Amino acid sequence: MKVTIDQDKCVAAGQCVMAAAEVFDQRDEDGIVVLLNDNPPADQAEDVRHAASVCPALAIIIEE
Amino acid sequence: MSIPASVLVVGASAAGLSTVEALRRKGYQGHVTMLGAEPHLPYDRPPLSKQVLSGQWEPERARLRPPAALSEVEVVLGDPATFLDAATHTVHTESGRTLQADTVVVATGVRPRTLPGADVDGAHVLRTLDDALALRADLLASSRVVVVGDGVLGAEIAATARTMGLDVTLVGPQSAPMLAQLGPVASVLGDLHAERGVHLRLGAGVTGLTHRRGRVAGVRLDTGEDLPADVVVVAIGAVPATEWLAGSGLRVEDGLVCDAHCRAAEGIYAVGDVARWHRQDLGTLTRLENRTNATEQAGAVAATILGADQPYTPVPYFWTDQFDTKIQVHGELPTGADVTIVDGDRDGRRFVARYSLDGRVTGVVGWNMPKQTRIRRQEIVADLAAASR
Repeated sequence: MKVTIDQDKCVAAGQCVMAAAEVFDQRDEDGIVVLLNDNPPADQAEDVRHAASVCPALAIIIEE
Repeated sequence: MSIPASVLVVGASAAGLSTVEALRRKGYQGHVTMLGAEPHLPYDRPPLSKQVLSGQWEPERARLRPPAALSEVEVVLGDPATFLDAATHTVHTESGRTLQADTVVVATGVRPRTLPGADVDGAHVLRTLDDALALRADLLASSRVVVVGDGVLGAEIAATARTMGLDVTLVGPQSAPMLAQLGPVASVLGDLHAERGVHLRLGAGVTGLTHRRGRVAGVRLDTGEDLPADVVVVAIGAVPATEWLAGSGLRVEDGLVCDAHCRAAEGIYAVGDVARWHRQDLGTLTRLENRTNATEQAGAVAATILGADQPYTPVPYFWTDQFDTKIQVHGELPTGADVTIVDGDRDGRRFVARYSLDGRVTGVVGWNMPKQTRIRRQEIVADLAAASR
C-alpha cells in the first residue's frame, strides 16, 4: 500500500489520526496532516483505508 | 436480514457518494445506483463559501472524485426525485424515470431558507456550486454586500467577501456571529470580524429585501432602517429537502425520521443533512448539518445495510475557516455549560475551550489549535463511555 497526502487540501480535522495514529499525525502549529509512514504494513491497511474514507477534505490518496 | 441485491442512493453529494463508496469498500457486489438532482458530479460544499467563492480554487477542485472512480456505479444526474413509493422501493424522477431497488438510501440534503422579495437579481443564497459561482460573479462586479444571517454560512461568506475587498455588513439576531454554535466564545469571532472591517449589525431582525428597478437595493430591518447594498446574501439556515417524500407514508418532520440505525422503514434509510435519527445514547431525535456527519453516517448506514447491528452515536464535529482563523467544534456545547480555557489563551486567539455540564465534558471548541483540539476530544469520548457504563 502506498499512501500520499495533499497538505494543501487538508482541513486539519484530525480524523485520520483518530483512525490510524501509526500512520498520520498533525503539525503542532496548524494541525495539517503529517505522513509518518507512506508504506504502512498490512495490519494497518484497514485503518488507513478508514482514515482516507473519513477525511472530510479527501486529502489522503491510497494506491493498493 | 439478508443482503439486498440492489441499492438506490437518492442524492449525489457527500452523504450519497460516501454511502456508495462505503458499500463498495465493505465488499458489496450488488447493483448500486446514485441519483442526483444537480447536473454536476459529486462535489464538496465546504469550499463553496470559501475557496470557490474567493476564486482561490477553480470549481473543478471541489469535485469529490474523478469520474473514473464512479465506474462501478450507475450514476444518474440532473434528475431530481419527485416521489418515493415506500412499499415497492420505487423512486420517480422529474424526467419520468422510475428507479427501483431492494434498499433505498435517502440523501437529498437540505435547501436554503429564503426571505420575501429575494427572487430578484443581486439577491443570493449559497448551497450549490452554481449558487457559489453566481454569487462570485456578482461580488466581483459590486462594492457593497449585506449578508443576512449570523450562523456558520453567513459568517463564512462575510469573511470571504471582506477578503475579496468588498464593503461587508453582517446582519443577524444574535449578540455575536455563530453564538448558537459556539456559546460564550462567539464574542471572539465577533471581535475578529469587526477588526477585519466587517460591519456587524447584531441583534437585528430583517423584514425583507428592498428593490430598485428590478434589482435588489438592500435590506430592511425591523427598526424600519434600510441597509443599502449592491448584493444581498440570505444565509438564514436550511430546511430538509423532503418534498418528494410527501405521500410516501414515511414520517417526515424536520427531516426523514429514522430509528437508531438511521432506518426510516424496512429497506429505507437516511444519511446526511436530511436524516433525523433517534440518538440512542441521548434519547433524542437528532439531525446534523455538517460535512463530517455526511461521511460518518454514510459509513454507519452502509454497514447496517450489510448486516451490522450498531446504533449510530457519533461525537459531532464541524469546523469553519474565517479570515486566518480555524474554529473546530467537537461534541455538544449545551446552554449553561461551564466553559474553561484548557490550552492556549483567549487573548492570543489560539486556545481550546472545554464545555462541561454537571461535571461531564460535553464538547470542546478549538481556536487555531487543531492538534490540541483533537487530543482534547478524547475527554468527550471518555465521559460518554463513563456515562453509558
